[in-house]
Amino acid sequence: MEHTPRAIFAMIAAGMKDDVLRSNTHWYCVSCYYCMVRCPQEVHITDLMYTLKRMSIEKGLYRESSTPATPEFSATFIDYVENYGRSFEFGLATRYHLKHHPLDMIKMAPIGLGMLRRRRMDLAPRKIKNIDQLKRILNKARQLGGAV
Amino acid sequence: MKYNYYPGCSLEHNAIAYHESAMAVAAKLGIQFTEIDDWNCCGAIEYIAVHLLPSYALVARNLAMAARQKETNGQVVAPCSACYLNLSKVDRYMGDSPELARKVNIALAEGGLSYAAGDVRVRHLLDIFTRDIGYEAIAEKVSKPLQGLRIAPYYGCVVVRPGFKEQIDDPEYPVSLDKLMQALGATVVDFPLKAHCCGGHMTQISQDVAFELIRRLLKNASDYEADIIVTLCPMCQLNLDAYQESVNRHCKTDYHIPILYFTQLIGLALGIAPEALGIGREFVDARPALAKIGRHLPPVSVPAGNGRSESQARKPARPGRTPALPMPRMPKE
Repeated sequence: MEHTPRAIFAMIAAGMKDDVLRSNTHWYCVSCYYCMVRCPQEVHITDLMYTLKRMSIEKGLYRESSTPATPEFSATFIDYVENYGRSFEFGLATRYHLKHHPLDMIKMAPIGLGMLRRRRMDLAPRKIKNIDQLKRILNKARQLGGAV
Repeated sequence: MKYNYYPGCSLEHNAIAYHESAMAVAAKLGIQFTEIDDWNCCGAIEYIAVHLLPSYALVARNLAMAARQKETNGQVVAPCSACYLNLSKVDRYMGDSPELARKVNIALAEGGLSYAAGDVRVRHLLDIFTRDIGYEAIAEKVSKPLQGLRIAPYYGCVVVRPGFKEQIDDPEYPVSLDKLMQALGATVVDFPLKAHCCGGHMTQISQDVAFELIRRLLKNASDYEADIIVTLCPMCQLNLDAYQESVNRHCKTDYHIPILYFTQLIGLALGIAPEALGIGREFVDARPALAKIGRHLPPVSVPAGNGRSESQARKPARPGRTPALPMPRMPKE
């Protein structure tokens, strides 16, 4: 993480927008909410980190950060959610890793095989019954989207 | 008591042991969980990182479907931390912002649904056991106490933080899981990192960061001589269990700490057969630890963990790096 939350807020206040959006800070936020419960001003820091993620995707600046593949992990994840209504670990891991960390595939193979052996992973995604309804809801929400 | 149950995607796959044990224990304690019909993924922490309003609509569909379920007590129980957080967050934000509630409902209307904040009450599974059933009622039903088993209670992040709707425990040093494990007869060890993050999806993004976060947790539990780390989150279980061997390789350590769900331990103490609790699906073999409480499990069909013999855990070597993370610093090792 290049800047701590305090530093990133100082940079935002100083108007260093592109530097903020180009940094890897928000991509290293794992949403543990520690900062939020500690913030004496009760700032919803985690939500602001999500906002920075969306803004850096919108402006394309995530490509200049040190973790350009991270948004694509999220994008791959939501692609399954939008088309099946459920997440799909096997597809997510294989699709994302093949594209961005092909060498890690070899290291991670024992975990994948272990998951399959223990019946902790499906090879095909499950689809919800009313996926069309979900798609209509999500499409409408996207149209209404407005501000990032 | 008949609750709506929102299993979430993990409980169908990687955390199936959590689901199996929750169901077995619920049946024994007389709780009914009715799965929300045709529920969808909560989006975890990925959807909101890309699309804001759709991420709220995605969660709101589940809330709306839960509100329509008949003959339940109007409460939704989520065993997964991320699901619990997302459900309670969207319920809270829709209550705080009429504008957000209006937009989400326009989207929901496309699917013939609607939701108003507070229509259902979102609960975490732990909270059901500790507050609705209660420690004493559970202790009374214990037939095989976990005597002599040393447990590190691991809460992870978001069940206790940030408390969007209900603050069920202290956000930084919770104790409810500790008390629950004590009610089962176990010895609960001090576990200062009990509410620190396991790294979540970081194993997929930056292994250096992820493995260091996991190593700290394993070290902390090992320092207090825990036999088992007990968890209430599918992501925490996956990271600490499935990646433990990778962490050992990466950090030159040698931990073999089994990671079980709290529902599996309740089940054992209530005398339920280990097989009915999904025990045996873990990567790090739990059998040596469970033998301490006289629960000798038959060899599981799955070759356990890494197949290494249970050697005397040697003092883990200190890794050569300390990555700069904005986390509270660990004491000198």
